[in-house]
Amino acid sequence: MAASVETVEKVKSLGERYKYGWSTDLEMDTAPKGLSEDIVRFISARKQEPEWLLEWRLKAYRHWLEMPEPRWAKVDFPPIDYQESYYYAAPKAKEGPKSLDEVDPKLLETYEKLGIPLKEQEMLAGVAVDAVFDSVSVATTFRKKLQEVGVIFCSISEAVKDHPELVKKYLGSVVPYADNKHACLNSAVFTDGSFVYIPKGVRCPMELSTYFRINAQNTGQFERTLIVADAGAYVSYLEGCTAPQRDENQLHAAVVELVALDDAEIKYSTVQNWYPGDEEGRGGIYNFVTKRGLCAGRNSKISWTQVETGSAITWKYPSCILKGDNSVGEFYSIAITNNFQQADTGTKMIHLGRNTRSRIISKGISAGRANQTYRGLVRMGPRAANARNHTQCDSLLIGDRCGAHTVPYIENRNRTAQVEHEATTSRISEDQLFYCRQRGIGQEAAVALVVNGFCREVLQQLPMEFAVEAQKLVGISLEGSVG
Amino acid sequence: MSDSMLKIQNLHASVEGKPILRGIDLEIAAGEVHAIMGPNGSGKSTLSYVLSGREGYEITEGSVTYKGKDLLALEPEERAGEGLFLAFQYPVEIPGVPNTTFLREAVNAVREYRGEERYDALKFMKVLRARLKELGMSDEFLKRAVNVGFSGGEKKRNEVLQMACLEPSLALLDETDSGLDIDALKAVADGVNALRSPDRSFLLITHYQRLLGYIVPDKVHVLARGRIVESGGPELAEKLEAGGYAGYLDETEAA
Repeated sequence: MAASVETVEKVKSLGERYKYGWSTDLEMDTAPKGLSEDIVRFISARKQEPEWLLEWRLKAYRHWLEMPEPRWAKVDFPPIDYQESYYYAAPKAKEGPKSLDEVDPKLLETYEKLGIPLKEQEMLAGVAVDAVFDSVSVATTFRKKLQEVGVIFCSISEAVKDHPELVKKYLGSVVPYADNKHACLNSAVFTDGSFVYIPKGVRCPMELSTYFRINAQNTGQFERTLIVADAGAYVSYLEGCTAPQRDENQLHAAVVELVALDDAEIKYSTVQNWYPGDEEGRGGIYNFVTKRGLCAGRNSKISWTQVETGSAITWKYPSCILKGDNSVGEFYSIAITNNFQQADTGTKMIHLGRNTRSRIISKGISAGRANQTYRGLVRMGPRAANARNHTQCDSLLIGDRCGAHTVPYIENRNRTAQVEHEATTSRISEDQLFYCRQRGIGQEAAVALVVNGFCREVLQQLPMEFAVEAQKLVGISLEGSVG
Repeated sequence: MSDSMLKIQNLHASVEGKPILRGIDLEIAAGEVHAIMGPNGSGKSTLSYVLSGREGYEITEGSVTYKGKDLLALEPEERAGEGLFLAFQYPVEIPGVPNTTFLREAVNAVREYRGEERYDALKFMKVLRARLKELGMSDEFLKRAVNVGFSGGEKKRNEVLQMACLEPSLALLDETDSGLDIDALKAVADGVNALRSPDRSFLLITHYQRLLGYIVPDKVHVLARGRIVESGGPELAEKLEAGGYAGYLDETEAA
């Protein structure tokens, strides 16, 4: 606990900052429950942040107090009591299971099916793992290789210390702190996340994944990610993992910002499988995420691919602002909701530059009593001459108690811009299932096969090994949905 | 007679309370090819679905013994695992699933059921290419999604390919000849004939005699109003071709 003692000292030395009546026992590694300006200051102090960042957090916090919650999404949940949460280092050791014996056997069964090694199972299930395990050494080798080409890949806290000029320049440049209530909260209290910078002309030699970042374990509920690809750079980034992750915190409000300069390309892939609640709809994570990419430069490209299977409620619209001429934005999405899950997800493609192009392929699968909405905005600005968008939005229903909704918003302010929208809704058919079963394929495998076929165009966008896992996950997410 | 493959006794089945099969008796020995002919609405397709285990059919009486087992007690995929294959009248489209993937999943599911090891992708391709060669088919449609955009002939040939890969003991062919031109019909018949063997039985379900010109059956049965009303050799099919089903309808109505 040397690090935390050091932090405590540091906080104490900051002395008068705490004139707002800070009274918590600083020996604790946690902040008290609830949210206040003091908590924001505490977080910033614990992270030894520079003044400008604290000011930014405080501005966000004050704005957050005034800001209404977004109400337009088709999701239903009781009001969130923000004072009931912990915003810094929630006491985990006490609540987490002590060994895998204490973990929900159903969860373990799923890990088994996904073929996840035991040590990782422990980490994912939230078992207190004190041994430093293999991935750390992997990560070290990994970092060395990246350093050779000048790629910066570290936690955002480290980046604030080691690369303040980059963080200051780009943090909040794509998602301003006042963007929406959830992003605003994140700006005030984010605790960690990833930072990536790819220098000019560099093609990142490997897929970057949070999995390999040393301190990825405690990024917590308010994750902040910032990725900058300088002119001519390329990077592919993988977030999340296919294994279901448990977390004591119900509310997750992450922010991801991407910036692509001239001729740069960023490919961002996510597999989100947070705890969705049980079969009766109890518990589960609220995942309220703001993800946005700025194609700042000419000929730049940003591509989002997401596989969303977890969380009780998903509120998420990875978007692209196509500012540079000839820039390209892509959004490929698979969203699966089962039991009582709710998802309102989609994208925004904001065409500002000339000859900008965007492509949206969304595949939504709804089963059980789940409800799902595709919500997408395509906006062609007045300068977006010859801009083009193609949207394809397909929904698949399993059973007769679930719902799928498509809400496209199209705004075109340029006569030469073209927007196309296609949408289908279908049902997984008895004919298809019987055909598979007659060939020897069992009911659940048949559902998985048909649904994977339905999602194929999106799965193809994922990096190879991620795609294989995602296919398995598609099947597992829908278990018990038929018959 | 050699070993019994399939024995249907007094089989009655209804759909939504309406009786369709009204006492079918039929026995097929290993290696035999039987044909069931009958007019529309006689219960031909119902018979194939009842045998393969489709939901929505209520068995009200009778029994079906397949390779000594109570067939009706098995789930559809278990029946497939036991070697029962149905070539569909209308093969189903599965968008986004490549034909090869589907075939591999099916073959491996059946192998697993039989306690055999799954084929890996490479081994499976080898097996598949061998089957294609035997059937004189090109691998052109393997990459396409299952039955999506296939012509009528391609769909039926795809059924034959699946049959060849799954190596069934008993194959039911439900109106496999419907909607085929003469070349496609010949190609499908050649495929079936190539698969004939002493331990494999076939039940051809058809409205017309023309398929039986290419696949010569050991026995022909006439199905009318949910019962087998006459059985005989291949010559029975010719008689039907000449006289139609009118006589049988009258006969059943009179009965």
